[in-house]
Amino acid sequence: MRARTRTARRVVVLAAVASLGAGLLAGCADDGGDDSSNGSSGDGKGKTTITLGLFGTFGFKEAGLYAEYEKLNPNIKIAENVTERNENYYPALVNHLTTNSGLQDIQAVEVGNIAEVVATQANKFQDLSKVSGVKKSDWLDWKWAQATTQDGKTIGFGTDVGPMAICYRKDLFEAAGLPTDRTEVGKLWAGDWAKFVDVGEQYKAKAPKGTTFADSPGGLLSAILGSESERFYDSSGKVIYKTNPAVKAAFDLTAKAAQEGLVGNQTQFQPAWDTTIANSKFAAMACPPWMLGYIKGKSKPESAGKWDVAVAPKSANWGGSFLAVPSSGKNVKEAEKLAAWLTAPAQQAKLFKVQGSFPSAPGTYTLPEVTGAKNEMTGDAPIGTIFAEAAKAAPVQVIGPKDQIIGQGLADNGVILVTKGKSPEDAWETATKTIDNNLDK
Amino acid sequence: MSTHDTAAPPAKEGGAAPGRPPAAPVDAEARRRARLSRRWQRDIRWSPYAFVSPFFLLFLAFGLFPLIYTGWASLHQVEMTAPTDMNWVGLRNYTRIFDDDFFWNAARNTLTIGVISTVPQLLMAMGLAHILNYRLRASTFYRVAMLAPYATSIAAASLVFVLLFGRDYGMINWALDAVGVSPVDWQNDKWPSQIAVSTIIIWRWTGYNALIYLAAMQAIPQDLYESAALDGASRWQQFFHVTLPSLRPTILFTVVVSTIGASQVFGEPLLFDANKGASGGAEHQFQTLGLYLYEQGWINQHLGRASAIAWTMFLILIVIGIVNYVISRRLRASS
Repeated sequence: MRARTRTARRVVVLAAVASLGAGLLAGCADDGGDDSSNGSSGDGKGKTTITLGLFGTFGFKEAGLYAEYEKLNPNIKIAENVTERNENYYPALVNHLTTNSGLQDIQAVEVGNIAEVVATQANKFQDLSKVSGVKKSDWLDWKWAQATTQDGKTIGFGTDVGPMAICYRKDLFEAAGLPTDRTEVGKLWAGDWAKFVDVGEQYKAKAPKGTTFADSPGGLLSAILGSESERFYDSSGKVIYKTNPAVKAAFDLTAKAAQEGLVGNQTQFQPAWDTTIANSKFAAMACPPWMLGYIKGKSKPESAGKWDVAVAPKSANWGGSFLAVPSSGKNVKEAEKLAAWLTAPAQQAKLFKVQGSFPSAPGTYTLPEVTGAKNEMTGDAPIGTIFAEAAKAAPVQVIGPKDQIIGQGLADNGVILVTKGKSPEDAWETATKTIDNNLDK
Repeated sequence: MSTHDTAAPPAKEGGAAPGRPPAAPVDAEARRRARLSRRWQRDIRWSPYAFVSPFFLLFLAFGLFPLIYTGWASLHQVEMTAPTDMNWVGLRNYTRIFDDDFFWNAARNTLTIGVISTVPQLLMAMGLAHILNYRLRASTFYRVAMLAPYATSIAAASLVFVLLFGRDYGMINWALDAVGVSPVDWQNDKWPSQIAVSTIIIWRWTGYNALIYLAAMQAIPQDLYESAALDGASRWQQFFHVTLPSLRPTILFTVVVSTIGASQVFGEPLLFDANKGASGGAEHQFQTLGLYLYEQGWINQHLGRASAIAWTMFLILIVIGIVNYVISRRLRASS
C-alpha cells in the first residue's frame, strides 16, 4: 500500500512540476487577450463581443453609448478594458503591438503618442478612412491629419480635443485692478503671448499678497508652444527644436516671466501644484475643457463660480485621443463599425454633455449640447462657444514621435530651473543637453 | 509488501541506489521486483532534478534568458517600439558610457546617497539593538514596531515623505520655520534632496538591520558580560569590548547587504521626483543608476542603451562584491 501512495505522490509532484513549467512557458507566450478570445467564438448566444482597450476615463459606458449600440445591433456585445493611466497603458500597447498578442479589437491612443504610433506602427492598423459612411469632413482638419500617415492612411478616429482658453480668477483680477469681463480680458492679450506676460506685469504691480499671475512655467511654456504650427519637428520629420526660433522665443518669454516672478514655481499636476489651486495662489492658467474638471477637483468649495474663461492669446490644442483598430483583431470589420459610431458627431455631442470631453467634430458646435454648456467653476460663462471657437482656430500642428520627451525636457529640466534662480541661458543649456541625451538612440 | 518502502540501504559499490538483486530467479515475482527496482533507480536518479526544477525553470525564464538577451541587446541599437528591429553597433553603447555625463552623475549620486543612507542607518540600528537588548517592558511590541517601516510599501512611504519634504507646504519646512530656520528646497537642491532620499531609505531599513543585530547580540553568551562586569567594566566598555567584537560577522553581513541595496536604489528617488519623471530632479541631482537605466529603457525607449547600462551596473556590482570579499577576509584574518 505504501508503495502505491508513494507512486501516486510522485505522479502528483511530477504533474505539478510539469504544469508549472508549462504554465511558465505559456505565460511567456501570451499575456492577456483572453477576453477577446471569448468574443471570437461567441458567448453561446451567437453574439460577437467587441473589446476596447482604453485608459483614464473615456466615458463611453457612463454616457450609455455601449448600451445604445448593443440595442441597435443585437448581435454585438461590448466589453471595455480600462487602464488607469496612459503612462502604464501606452508601453503595454506598444508591447502588444510588437508581439501581436493581447490586443483588444479597438485600442485608444493619446494625442501625445499618436505621432509615434503613426510613424512606427501604422502597418499594424486598419485604414479607417476606408470605412463606409465615414466622412473626413466630420472631423476638425488638424485632428484628422494627426492620425494620418504621409501616404494618406488614417489609423485613428478622433474622439475629443483640448481647445485651449485662459481660465482666470475674477476676484484676483479685480483685486489687482484688471478688468474682469471675459471679452475685455481677452482683448488685453489678444494675438500675442508677450501681451499675456505684460498683463502679468500689471497684475504683479497690485497683486494680492502671495499670489502669482500664472500657475507654472511648464503650463505657460506648453500653452505658448501649443499655438505654433511647427515646434519640435519640421514637416519632413526632422528634429528642429533647438534651431526653431519659435521654440527659443517661447522658452525665453517663459523664462522672463519666471525670472520676474509672474508664474508660480511648481510643476503641473503635482501635489504641491494642486495645493496652489486649492489655496488660490495664482490668477490665470491655460485651460482646455478637461482642465475645468481638474480645477473643480482640487478647489475648495468656496471658489465655485469665481473663475471665468477668456480667449487665449493664440488658439491651441492641448490633449485629446483617438480610437484605432489593430488589423490582427478577430472582429476587425465589426470593430471598425463600432469605432466609427462611437466617434460620430451625434455620439461626441452626447459624450460632451455627460463627460465634458470636447468634441472633435465641428458639426456639433452648433448643437444645443455644446452652445448651452455651463460649468460650476465658471458660472454662466458660455464655455461651449468659447472652446468651439478655439478648436476651429487651432493650428494644424506638426507633431513628432518624441514630442512628449522634448516638451517635458524644456519644461521640467528647463524653465522650472529659472524659478530656482538659474539664468535662462543655463536652464536652456541643461534642458537641451538632457533632451539630446534622451533622443539619442 | 515490498522491500524498498523503507529507506534505501546503501549499495555495496557505494552508490546511492540499491544494487540489482543478485542472480535473478526467473519467476513472475522476481521480474516484478526487477521492474520495481528499475523504477526505484529512475526515481532516485531523476526525482531530485524534478524537485529542484521549479527554481531552475524560473531562473532560466527570468534570470538567465534576460541576462543573455540584455547582453545581446546591449550590442545593438534597438528601440522599444520595434524590439525585433536590431541594428548592430558593436561596443558603441559601452564606449559612449565613458563620456556620458548623465551616467557618471548618476554613479556619483548612487555612491553619495549610498554612503549617507547606509552609514547612519547601520549606526542607528546598532544603537537601537543595544537598547532593545536590555530587559524592557513590552519588548516584543518594540521589535514588531521596528519592522513596521520595512513592511510598508516603498510607494506609500515615499509619497508620504514627498509631502513631508515639500518646499512650500511640507511639514518639515514648517517645523524648521517654527524654530527660525529658513525653508530648505528639499527637492531641488542637490544635498538636501539626497539627504531627503536617504532619509526614506534609512527610515525603511534601520529597524530591519536592528533586528539582525539584536538576534546576534542575544547569541552572545551571558557569562562574557558577567565576567566583564566582575572585572569592573562599565556598560560602555562592555559594549565596545564584548558586544562589538562578537558582532563582527553580523556587521559584515549587514554592510554587504546594505551596499548591494544602496547600489540598486530606485523606488525612493523615482517617487521623490517633483516632476514625476525618472530624471531624478530637474538637474538630475538625485538620479541614481537604477533610475537612469529606467529612464533610458522605459521612458526614452532605447533598449540597447539601457541594456548596456544594466551590464555596466552588473560589472560595477561584481567589483563591489570583490572588494567586500577582500575586506571581509582581511577582517576575519585579523580577528
